[in-house]
Amino acid sequence: MVLNSNIPDGPIEKKWSEHRFHMKLVNPSNRRKYTVIVVGTGLAGASAAASLGEMGYKVLAFSYHESPRRAHSIAAQGGINAPKNYANDGDSVYRLFYDTLKGGDYRAREANVYRLAEVSGSIIDQCVAQGVPFARDYSGYLDNRSFGGAQVSRTFYARGQTGQQLLLGAYAALSRQIGAKTVQFFDRREMLDLTVVDGQARGIVVRNLRTGAVESYVGDAVVLATGGYANTYYLSTMAKASNATAVWRAYKRGAAFANPCFTQIHPTCIPVGGDYQSKLTLMSESLRNDGRIWVPKKSGDTRSPSQIPEAERDYYLERLYPSFGNLVPRDVASRRAKEMCDKGFGVGPTKMAVYLDFADAIKRNSKAWIEEKYGNLFDMYHEITAEDPYSVPMRIYPAVHYTMGGLWVDYNLMTTIPGLFVVGEANFSDHGANRLGASALMQGLADGYFVLPYTLGNYLASTKFASVTVEHEGFRETRASVQERVDRLMSIKGKKPVSEIHRELGKVMWEYVGMGRTAAGLTKALKLIPEIREQFWKDAKVVGDPDTINNELEKAGRIADFLELGELIARDALHREESCGGHFREEHQTPEGEAKRNDKKFAYVAAWEYTGDARTPKLNKEPLKFEYVKPSERSYK
Amino acid sequence: MNSILAFYNSSIGKKIMMSLTGLFLIIFLVEHLVGNLLLYANDGGHMFEAYGAFLVSNPVIRTIEIVLFAAVLVHALLAVILWYRNRQTRPDKYELYRLKDNTPLASRTTIITGSVIFIFLVIHLDSFFLPTRFGAEKVSSYELILMKFANPWYDLFYVVALLLLGYHLKHGFQSAFQTLGLRNRKYTPLIDGLAFIVWFLIPLAFATIPVYFYFFQQATSAVLMGVH
Amino acid sequence: MKFTLKIWRQKNQNDPGRFVTYEVNNISADASFLEMLDVLNNELVQKGEDPVAFDHDCREGICGSCGMMINGRAHGEGRSMATCDVRMRMYKDGEDLVVEPWRAKPFPVVKDLVVDRRAFDRIMQAGGFISVKTGAAPEANAVPVPKANADEAMDAAACIGCGACVASCPNSSAMLFVAAKVSQFALLPQGQPERRERVERMIEQMDKEGFGACSNNYACEAECPKGISVTHIARLNREFLRAEFTEKA
Repeated sequence: MVLNSNIPDGPIEKKWSEHRFHMKLVNPSNRRKYTVIVVGTGLAGASAAASLGEMGYKVLAFSYHESPRRAHSIAAQGGINAPKNYANDGDSVYRLFYDTLKGGDYRAREANVYRLAEVSGSIIDQCVAQGVPFARDYSGYLDNRSFGGAQVSRTFYARGQTGQQLLLGAYAALSRQIGAKTVQFFDRREMLDLTVVDGQARGIVVRNLRTGAVESYVGDAVVLATGGYANTYYLSTMAKASNATAVWRAYKRGAAFANPCFTQIHPTCIPVGGDYQSKLTLMSESLRNDGRIWVPKKSGDTRSPSQIPEAERDYYLERLYPSFGNLVPRDVASRRAKEMCDKGFGVGPTKMAVYLDFADAIKRNSKAWIEEKYGNLFDMYHEITAEDPYSVPMRIYPAVHYTMGGLWVDYNLMTTIPGLFVVGEANFSDHGANRLGASALMQGLADGYFVLPYTLGNYLASTKFASVTVEHEGFRETRASVQERVDRLMSIKGKKPVSEIHRELGKVMWEYVGMGRTAAGLTKALKLIPEIREQFWKDAKVVGDPDTINNELEKAGRIADFLELGELIARDALHREESCGGHFREEHQTPEGEAKRNDKKFAYVAAWEYTGDARTPKLNKEPLKFEYVKPSERSYK
Repeated sequence: MNSILAFYNSSIGKKIMMSLTGLFLIIFLVEHLVGNLLLYANDGGHMFEAYGAFLVSNPVIRTIEIVLFAAVLVHALLAVILWYRNRQTRPDKYELYRLKDNTPLASRTTIITGSVIFIFLVIHLDSFFLPTRFGAEKVSSYELILMKFANPWYDLFYVVALLLLGYHLKHGFQSAFQTLGLRNRKYTPLIDGLAFIVWFLIPLAFATIPVYFYFFQQATSAVLMGVH
Repeated sequence: MKFTLKIWRQKNQNDPGRFVTYEVNNISADASFLEMLDVLNNELVQKGEDPVAFDHDCREGICGSCGMMINGRAHGEGRSMATCDVRMRMYKDGEDLVVEPWRAKPFPVVKDLVVDRRAFDRIMQAGGFISVKTGAAPEANAVPVPKANADEAMDAAACIGCGACVASCPNSSAMLFVAAKVSQFALLPQGQPERRERVERMIEQMDKEGFGACSNNYACEAECPKGISVTHIARLNREFLRAEFTEKA
């Protein structure tokens, strides 16, 4: 496998514009002759499908939801970054580039990150024109806030529902194209395989979730916009149906999977209540601005928090990081919380939580002040836990929240399979080892609106396509393998509901491939995951009929893929003998317990290549060069 | 023409016609009430009769009268059409449907209160409008009132119908403004204030008339009865 | 906690469907309504029975996938909540719960509690957008928007398209859904050029789908998980009147 990043030559600030100039164009009247398949219609997929349809391509868009508006992009709360410098605080494209690259702990490509920063301003323009009701100040101009530890105010937001508003903007743009018949939308279709003909991605095979029919669709290029794989961990902040099947099938057809171990854990989630729990709810990080995190000094203390005197409380973040205190980055806060709980200092019924206490802030200011600032979050917490956070400290615990890894793509967002493009969270490209707040929405829309429409055209204009129909041998083979897999899942007839097996996988992933990873733990995970997988194929119970809506069958297929992907995550984590961003190896830390990167040995993208079910995947390396920003150590002391 | 048809065909178009006719009928009610209050002059119906004669002889009023009847018919007919169509939108009913938790009773019962009001209207017109306007011999409307309201059952029906009219208007008045797009944060308090006058005070004032005649004009009516 | 559930079961669109009664025990008071159904489904799977199908995804009240009639209320007890936000502690231990799909002619039942809400998408396709080409937008701060307008547009834009307004309306009217979008764009300068066509097309499509007329009952506002106000319906009516009775520019 050859990994050619196709990064254009020239100075970083000129790369994208030069590249656009040199790209081949498809004549507007010829565009309707090309069919583009877009799988997934969240932020990245909907914006890509809408833009391509508007340009004149024939677009087929697919979603396992009934409506594109249900995609999980909708749940993003905080905001979207753009270096508009409206706050006149010294922001610039270069600064956003620098912050994002540094925030990613120097494990992303400079050229990609620069381009992201460069086009991000246009995203805001586009969304405002679409009618996205961003927050404004009394002058009527757009308001900004600082977010995720950035020193400038560059985050645009729409209350706590920025993701929703941006997605609905992209959904509206897509709806317009569906109405204009340039895009055909296929709802409740789940992509179960990719068809590669003569080395080119030429189509997909989907299961119609309403009828169970296995259908195939031919195109000249396939775009995957299917999101992240955090549900490998079972409990995460992901939506229930978020899955890795599309990218995993593509991986098995020859697309490299990059940096799977780069997962992000968010420190302030509502902790797990019991076995019934289906997902974790995130609460904005901003809570840490005024809340103090603590655990009892005595391990196993069962007193209620109000009975624990000040002297017997351990405000461990303030103790360990005197200058940053409770505001240390996400990964540090998360890791320390887990460490406290593992040592037995955890609180609450499950002992897997720490306190986030607002008593001092209420005393210092007032209850009304807190209410004004965090009222909706406090209400949400109250609604879920039935505890009043104004009088009892909140209980919080970290949860998997985002995956930086994904299918490997070059500068043009194309994978190692020609004609297969990946956009949004599903690719690995821009966040390195750690994603900064308000950057996910930015990347999804940058890819969909402003990058892919160019690079895809270049591919179509410079490629020869053989005439292919659904009766082509390649499609027959993919259809047969999809059908065989569905039949196989239905015929296991074991005893265990698939959700239970998923939960078992999640426990292993969280325990050994979660926040603090060790060689021993990862090795153990590599032994346990195949065992669970084996048990799945022997003992899973998939009930119902394959010819109507069957959530169990859908779940089973997704879990089967998580069971393979989980192993790759562990393998990648084991091979990466350094700590960086969301990947923390206990063996590689400074004496103060900070992440210790190894730029000499690991300044590369790990792109895993599928070599067969029974064989170990092959590791390919794309070296990362830093010409503009010299890697430095992160310190929050 | 096409756009008028499209307007009529649209759900909002029909509702707008409902609200316009409804508001027109409310204006009529006000006018009618002002006339009726002359009955309290205690002058043996002199002023009231003079007012009636003016209405009959004035060509403008006579024209408006036709519009008035048209408005009643359009309002009633559209109500039935909308009610029927709305019923078709949920062929499979809920096993349990707690609409009452979410909506005021007045809003849920407009078709019933409206139907009673329609019946009332027929009886009312038959009692007073037809004999005074088209009767073979000339009758005094004041005497007619005295006679009709001497019947306690007739009075009771009037009072009930008028209270239901109030209940109908309790929903209808604010609803008309909502449908015409005139309800917003700025005007809602004003509309709500006016609504109280319209749905409570006006029907109440109407309802006092049969009561007044039954209890306080019994003597007069007995005299009249004796005369005839 | 334990509950007796009377749930609507319907294999597909052609099946007449029926209620089936189930018992669930040992339900945590902190469990959400959907997690309670997960527990039931897990038991059904273990017994080899077909689990109850229901739409759901984000489970934090924003995707709009979930929605069912619980004891006669759209999204169950409580106000301003989607079904996934409803916690079992809001019900009495041992309570009987009737669980039904949204019922409206334009929302046919697909399976059990899953209904087809594509009618909403078709209304959006008819005009629920501002036609700006990718890349054709002016600088974001070129046009100021009064803060009050932006805030009210945001109130309307909070709609999650769950269909509770239709489900709770005695006329199965979609006015609150349509109003939320029309109102959002009518309040913003960016929405002005297509103001007339937008409202006309969306209302035409809404009527074509078979949703009922609004009779200003306001059940929609009472059941809307995002608390969207019926003043947006007033604005929709105003927009419609304006479009119908003014000259095309």
